[in-house]
Amino acid sequence: MSDHVLDPVSRARPRARGRVAWRQAAWRQYRLERKMFWRNPSAAFFNFLLPLLFLALFGAIFAGQEADLQVIVPGIAGMAVMSTTFSALAMNITYLRESGVLKRIHGTPLPTSAYLAGIAGNAITNTALQVGLITLAGSVVFGLDWPHDWAALVVFVVLGVGCFASLGVALSHAIPNFDSAPAYVNAVFLPVIFISGVFYDADNAPGFLRGIAEALPLKHLIDGLSGAMVSGAGLRDNASGLLVLALWGGAGFVLAVRGFSWDSRRR
Amino acid sequence: MPGDVAIEVEDLRKDYGSHQAVRGISFTVRRGEVFGLLGPNGAGKTTTVEILEGFRERTRGRVAVLGMDPGDRPLALRERIGIVLQSSGLYRHLTVREAVSHWAGLYVAPRDVEETIALSGLEAAAEQRTLTLSGGQQRRLDFALALVGDPELVFLDEPTTGFDPAARRQAWETVRSLQDLGKTVLLTTHYLDEAQALADRVAIIKDGAILAEGAPSELGSATPRYRVAWHDADGTPHQHETADPTRLLHELTGAALARGERVHDLSVAQPSLEDVYLELTAEGAE
Repeated sequence: MSDHVLDPVSRARPRARGRVAWRQAAWRQYRLERKMFWRNPSAAFFNFLLPLLFLALFGAIFAGQEADLQVIVPGIAGMAVMSTTFSALAMNITYLRESGVLKRIHGTPLPTSAYLAGIAGNAITNTALQVGLITLAGSVVFGLDWPHDWAALVVFVVLGVGCFASLGVALSHAIPNFDSAPAYVNAVFLPVIFISGVFYDADNAPGFLRGIAEALPLKHLIDGLSGAMVSGAGLRDNASGLLVLALWGGAGFVLAVRGFSWDSRRR
Repeated sequence: MPGDVAIEVEDLRKDYGSHQAVRGISFTVRRGEVFGLLGPNGAGKTTTVEILEGFRERTRGRVAVLGMDPGDRPLALRERIGIVLQSSGLYRHLTVREAVSHWAGLYVAPRDVEETIALSGLEAAAEQRTLTLSGGQQRRLDFALALVGDPELVFLDEPTTGFDPAARRQAWETVRSLQDLGKTVLLTTHYLDEAQALADRVAIIKDGAILAEGAPSELGSATPRYRVAWHDADGTPHQHETADPTRLLHELTGAALARGERVHDLSVAQPSLEDVYLELTAEGAE
């Protein structure tokens, strides 16, 4: 806006007004998002109960078969990371944008970064709760050992959250309206969880599917979680996986920021 | 610029590709006044207002809102304005009171939450979730959320479109109460009676250009014209427009008297704002 500079007319009334502290603004937004999350039954179901239901069902099917349980528990944990961040944010941001909530927020003094921090914090809380519950269930209910490498578990979950949250926001930019959001999200989510070894050992899949899965981030997240929770393979053993997650996360972040729109697509 | 100016717009232009949505408009809104942008759909009202609100970038021109450039989206400006968009979503799972209270927390010096709910006429619905509100109640919540920050300047983009008459009257009362509180209001509308009822000054806008500007009472008589209409003896209707009806009336009645006839259905009228508006915004009018 430098080509139409304003005259320095700002004799703006010297009102002794500051601003709401950033941390306070982000925290209030986070609290609000949590409150709304639990009040929205479908969000609570898809983001929260579904992965736990999957775990209960597969756990029942594979009861006592330790080798299968060792595949399914980190697999469902990886799926939970993806659904609580990628799917939830793609749907949520599309809804907020198309319904006009984002635009309304954009007209208030709430800093953009504080707002997005509140939204992201909500998703991260769901991820942490899910992964915690799945880990707990794996040990207490299904009799697996406790995770061997807590540090690797935390690193992979954090990196997975960053990667899939960025990709989810980036995907929302491609979704034209809220009615089509579930189709877009599931067209990505369902094939990816099937080929990435959520429900079986991906190394047993046919070669071409394995190749695709290797190029995508979820398999590497699951391998990392599996290493941390089951086999004890640490960060060094899964360094290439960390790299793939970081690359996807970086690309997703650039796309998420670049394409961001506060206004709905219908004009 | 004197300190009593809230909005100054000079030669504002906005192009969307090859389409010129706003073609160089200028106007000034003084502090404490209700200024109406009146025009048909697609005239460029919303584009103009959204540039002033900081939602859209202008192509050219000079704009100052409370002395600041909205294109820079200064936080200090957003603290001091309230915005009622043409349509905007709500957090569906919050109650009215929770929504107003959350919005209050976004501002440094908000109005009292209960007082704002009362001002917007939502006391009875304060405990309802916003997804259960009627269209009129949702609009009142739009007002409440725009007012709870205690803004100096309020933008209202077609605040009553789609309202039934009773809801419109209520919304008008709210706007009048804003004026009583000393707020500046920029209002867009395509309803002439709304501009007449609420605005201290009106700019009529069409095809991205301002066609006329002034107090609603002045606009109607901006050009002192009189429309003289009558029927002659065999019932043929006649109509003349003139700046001075004295001579015409004299000749008309004189001729009728000479022929021993009567002038039927004689009327002399000044064009109302409605006539001006219809004339200015008619297809093909310049």
